[in-house]
Formats: sequence, C-alpha cells, structure tokens
Amino acid sequence: MSENIIEIDDDTFESEVLKSNLPVLVDFWAPWCGPCRAIAPTIEALEKSYAGKIKFVKVNVDENPLTPSKYAIQAIPTLIFFKNGQIADQITGMVAKAKLEEAIEGIL
Amino acid sequence: MRQTDYDLVIIGGGPAGLTAGIYAARARMNVVLYEKAAPGGQVIVSDWIENYPGFPDGISGYELGEKMLNQAKNLGLNIEIEDVTSIQVDGEIKTVNLAKKSVTTKTVIIASGASPKKLNIGESQFMGKGVSFCATCDGPFFRDKTVVAVGGGDTAVQESIFLTKFVKKLYLIHRRGELRATKILQERAHKNDKIEIIWDSVVSGMDGLFAVENVKVKNVKTGEEKDIKAQGCFIWIGITPNTAFVGDILNMDDGGFIYTNGNMETSVPGIFAAGDVRTTPLKQIVTAVGDAAIAVMSAEHYIENLQD
Repeated sequence: MSENIIEIDDDTFESEVLKSNLPVLVDFWAPWCGPCRAIAPTIEALEKSYAGKIKFVKVNVDENPLTPSKYAIQAIPTLIFFKNGQIADQITGMVAKAKLEEAIEGIL
Repeated sequence: MRQTDYDLVIIGGGPAGLTAGIYAARARMNVVLYEKAAPGGQVIVSDWIENYPGFPDGISGYELGEKMLNQAKNLGLNIEIEDVTSIQVDGEIKTVNLAKKSVTTKTVIIASGASPKKLNIGESQFMGKGVSFCATCDGPFFRDKTVVAVGGGDTAVQESIFLTKFVKKLYLIHRRGELRATKILQERAHKNDKIEIIWDSVVSGMDGLFAVENVKVKNVKTGEEKDIKAQGCFIWIGITPNTAFVGDILNMDDGGFIYTNGNMETSVPGIFAAGDVRTTPLKQIVTAVGDAAIAVMSAEHYIENLQD
C-alpha cells in the first residue's frame, strides 16, 4: 500500500476531504472487494503522477459506515472527486486508467 | 523484415492474457502485456471458483486472478496499464496504438475478454444505486434487503447463491422455463430458501426516487407485468466482447466475437485471439488459459516462418 494514499475514517472525513485546499479523490473500498484491490496499484500510480495537484485518500466502507451511507454508496469501488467540499465527479466500478486520468484532468 | 519494438503484444490481463504472458515469458519472447484497468479480468469479481483444477476446495476469483498475475510477474512479464485504442496492419508489421504512444510488433494476441451485457431498460441511471454486475463488490450493501437477479447461467446462479449470505430474499428472473447453469449450481439454488425463481420472465423496467425501489417483471408467455419491491437488481445475462479497438480489421461474428481457427489464428496472419473475446463454445477460465497457450505457440511459429 502506498504511504501517500492516506486511509481516512468517518471522524477525519470532514477535515481531510471537505476542508481540503486541494481537490480530493476519495476511494471507497473494502478488503472483500476484488476489483477494489485490483485497481489499487493503478490508483497509486495516478497518485504519483498527480502528487501536489490532487489529494488521494481511501475510506474502508466496512470500518466506516457513516460516510458511505451519507453519500448513498451501494457499490464499490466508488471514486468520488471533491472540490471545495462539493462532489465534482463520481465513478463507480472498475474503469480504464485512461478514464480516471480524464476525470482527474477534468476537475483540476 | 524490419525491426519491431516487440515480438508479441498481448492485449488484456485476464486469465487468457496472463497465461499468454506466462508462456511467452518462458519462451523468452520480447513481449509486453497491455491491460486497460487492472490485471485479473472478469475472474476477480467472481466470489468462488470450483471448476478450475488444482484447487480442491475452490478458490476466490480475486485470489486466482492474483496468483496468475504473480506467476506472470515472477517470470518477468512486462505488464503496462494502458488502453489500446486501435491496431494497424502493415503486412508483417502490426502497430498497436495506445492513448499516448504507439508500438510495433510482429504478432498480437487479443485477449481483451468481455464485459457484462446490459438490459438496456433504463437501468444505467441506477448504476451504483441498486443496479450491479458484481455480487462480491456490492452484495454487503444489500444486507437484509430484497433483491432481484436476472439470468439463468452459471454466473447468475452462482452469484445469486452468494448474495443469499446477505439478502433477506432474492428473486431470480429467468426468461426461460429452466436454468442453463450447471446441475450442481441448480441443486444448490433449488435448496436455498431465500431464492425464488420467476420463470419465463424478464425485467422490463425499474424505478425509484434516488435508488432502485421497484423492479418491473414481465412474463414473456402471458405478457403479464408485476412489480417487485426490491432495493437491488443484479444483472448476469451474458457477456459482450471488448473488441471496439479492433475496428473492422478482423472477421467477427454479429456479436463482435473474433473468429479464430483451432490454432487461435484470426483472419489476419500474425494476429491471434484467446479466451472470451473469440467465438468459443465455452467461456470458462480453463478454456481461456488453454486458448492462450495455443495462441503463443502459433505466434512463435508465425515468427519462425518470417525469419526463414
């Protein structure tokens, strides 16, 4: 696991995501979700490419039920892009790296 | 012939692509594998695999995919996360175009697999809001809820059984009067108290304010339509091949599956196809990996003949 992708929880979501100065990509995942684990290296690679421009964080939906329920998440992996505390984009399911890059470029 | 960047380019990182990579790496071919999202393929969404030999108690799809990936990596296979956008054929030289670069190669093995088919009854607005193609990803979000599952093949029945670990009730909607799934799965489904099969029926629509609340089910024999109050709709009605990047350079069937012969040769010499992407009578991991081994052998033969 890349140390640059911080694992956040229900308590730190507001300070780490909603109040972040940088745009934030939140990766909602769980250990039992194969596709979530499979895309993790791709997300880590993106984190390296976009370091300093966008913040990458992860939320384990098993350990943190409040945040996924607040955003009505019923499927993982779900990636939500936040900008100034607002949802700027959302991607559900496993998608091509090129799609993710497009989405990131779109919110920068 | 002119030098190329690679001997072999493998497109797709599922069981077929990874197996092709294992064989090509061991043959010391100059090879690269391009996978657009994450290696593993459709197998990683499967909860449990019981028909792949060597695992007497079965194995989770993710774990099997990961083992194949690690085996390929241990043999030194070069895997890049890149989206192939098109292939150009210039006689013996093939150019594989990626989002930001192009590479040349003598041979290509297309193992880009397939994706779940959609119902196309307006379910796309409910993607991630009740509509799902992945029980292992999304099942736990439907704890103690009622869901509908659509299909009658192995995937539909296997994954429906898995969902009953979480859901209160599962209606399995099948358009025919009997399941197509293998007998052992049928037996388990019939024994499962939470599963109720609705025969001769299709899902004709769904509605809900923010997420799925109601699924419309229509009997294809009587035309009668009824509502099922359900919070989820899992769709397993077959697969559609990932061949958009192939364009019209290869012969394909009406569904977009690539025609091959028994040596996995397509209509273009030097381009091979393996696994679910080709017109195979059986879409299983065990057949995909067999295809891949043959495809690499054919690619090696093709290259040897070029150098003669």
